[in-house]
Amino acid sequence: MSDKVIYVMYDDDEALKDSAKKLVSKGVKISEVFSPFPIHGIDPIIGIKNTRLGIMAFLYGLTGLTVATLGMRFFMVTDWPMNIGGKPNFSYLDNMLAFVPISFEFTVLCAAHGMAITYLLRNKTLPGMPAQNPDPRTTDDKFVMEIRLNENHGISEAELDEMLKETGFFELDKKEIN
Amino acid sequence: MQKEAAIREPLILGHKTYHDITEDVCRPIEDKAPKMWYTLFGIALIIGLYGVGSILYLLGTGIGVWGLNKTIGWAWDITNFVWWVGIGHAGTLISAVLLLFRQKWRMAINRSAEAMTIFAVFMAGLFPLIHMGRLWVGYWVLPLPNQFGSLWVNFNSPLLWDVFAISTYLSVSLVFWYIGLIPDFATIRDRAKKPLSKKMYSILAFGWSGRAKNWNRFELVSLVLAGLATPLVFSVHSIVSFDFATSVIPGWHTTIFPPYFVAGAVFSGFAMVQTLLLVMRKAMGLEAYIHTKHVEYMNIVIMVTGSIVGTAYITELFISWYSGVEYESYAFINRATGPYWWAYWSMMTCNVISPQLMWIPKLRRSLLFTFFISIVVNIGMWFERYVIIVTSIHRDYIPAAWSMHFPSHIDIGVYVGTIGLFFVFFLLFARFFPVLALNEVKTILKGSGQSYKESPDYHKHH
Repeated sequence: MSDKVIYVMYDDDEALKDSAKKLVSKGVKISEVFSPFPIHGIDPIIGIKNTRLGIMAFLYGLTGLTVATLGMRFFMVTDWPMNIGGKPNFSYLDNMLAFVPISFEFTVLCAAHGMAITYLLRNKTLPGMPAQNPDPRTTDDKFVMEIRLNENHGISEAELDEMLKETGFFELDKKEIN
Repeated sequence: MQKEAAIREPLILGHKTYHDITEDVCRPIEDKAPKMWYTLFGIALIIGLYGVGSILYLLGTGIGVWGLNKTIGWAWDITNFVWWVGIGHAGTLISAVLLLFRQKWRMAINRSAEAMTIFAVFMAGLFPLIHMGRLWVGYWVLPLPNQFGSLWVNFNSPLLWDVFAISTYLSVSLVFWYIGLIPDFATIRDRAKKPLSKKMYSILAFGWSGRAKNWNRFELVSLVLAGLATPLVFSVHSIVSFDFATSVIPGWHTTIFPPYFVAGAVFSGFAMVQTLLLVMRKAMGLEAYIHTKHVEYMNIVIMVTGSIVGTAYITELFISWYSGVEYESYAFINRATGPYWWAYWSMMTCNVISPQLMWIPKLRRSLLFTFFISIVVNIGMWFERYVIIVTSIHRDYIPAAWSMHFPSHIDIGVYVGTIGLFFVFFLLFARFFPVLALNEVKTILKGSGQSYKESPDYHKHH
């Protein structure tokens, strides 16, 4: 199904945010925003939910802690109860304090790397991926809003053009996609 | 947009726009390297190669080529290890702890400080590895299933804790650094004109496009990584100090070690950041972003951590007498008056007196003075580790075993070589990577930029 995409470019982050607010209040659906840096406060306006990566980091950390605990219990208590100065490790708890540093380090290791890998996968940013920003200037000083006609059935293209004109954009670009 | 008090000095000087920031950071990468860069790189490379040669000779011959003996089994190797790890503490502290405290001045310096951290930890990691003598069995420090039966590494040993701490610290710092670099690589990619550099930066940028959702995730990932890295920074040097503190050697067996080592690490790390940044800002024309105020903030950190270190030295000295333990007192009297008195007093002068000069506003805002003190602190912190390590063990319990440590040319070669290699890495970084977190700096332009702060609209309510 063919669709028309409108790229509206602004030269200021506040300008984009203000116009996004106006457009959304008139019922326009903004499908994407490209910017060189995070625009604070844009997410609720264009309806982006907060990321759940934090929960993932917690789960990865928990996994790390579990693996470290079970691992050290196996190595030091079950498989080869190490006897240091006549003080063998009879149980994990007896020797828990000595295991704190590595438990901590391994928790951090798993949480940080797990989250970072998930982040890259979810963003689809991996080595060799092509750039997807519509204009190279969006990584410099321009801010682009993407509006798809298919997502705005109630509004005609002419109406949309009129609304956009009022927002004082910097440049406007339209593209047919199939 | 976040606003700040009018009396607060702007963090970005002059009349900059978003595009100016991109230009200022990318130009040194896109232009031809200045002659000075080649000169410095050449010098660093020669010194680094000399270090590599020394390491290869050491590996081929055995660690007997170091000036170690039966009494002094650890000297320059472990001194250098702790020195480099200490230096490697500033970067993550700047980017993680200061992020949690919402200190915006970190944005201009975090990128290069983190790069410095990573390279310093590389250098640090080298020493325990070559100290094994047989580098190729280095993987034995990991708990891997093996053909020797139920043979595992000792999880009760601080040396193993160190393996985990340093490798976690290195890899997490690397990830933290790279995640911040991705959007900036995308900026360079989108500006690149030559096909080769476009290709290279495309690969490095991972296809970053700056979507709103990506930025939403980016901010959370930065925050969570900062939250994870903050206790990590403190744990790493605490664990390094456990290598000594959990032993029974007088002079090492000290409960004050963990906080004292952490403060010392931050102290030396910031000194190294100052040394590098004062040169870099000038050479790369970044004076508008890294200016006197940034230097002053860092000098205040140096002053505070230096005072903690000074207090720790004096506490240690007092407790050695107050404990009533004869061996402990001797260890400290011997440090100050024994054959290594010169090392002890160099350490005291460099680390206790010099940071106190930073109380004087004029001095801590002077770039030349800062540069001088940063070198002094780096020297002092090397002596600190040397004093702790060598003076504590050179007087054994049996006087017949008393000894002295004289570095061999391989000791010196390896140490100087790591400094060379460190600068090789740092110069390559400064040449090809964005040395400033340029896209993050843009977020503070309207709140902390000079031209915005001075405009009449700044303090109006919207």
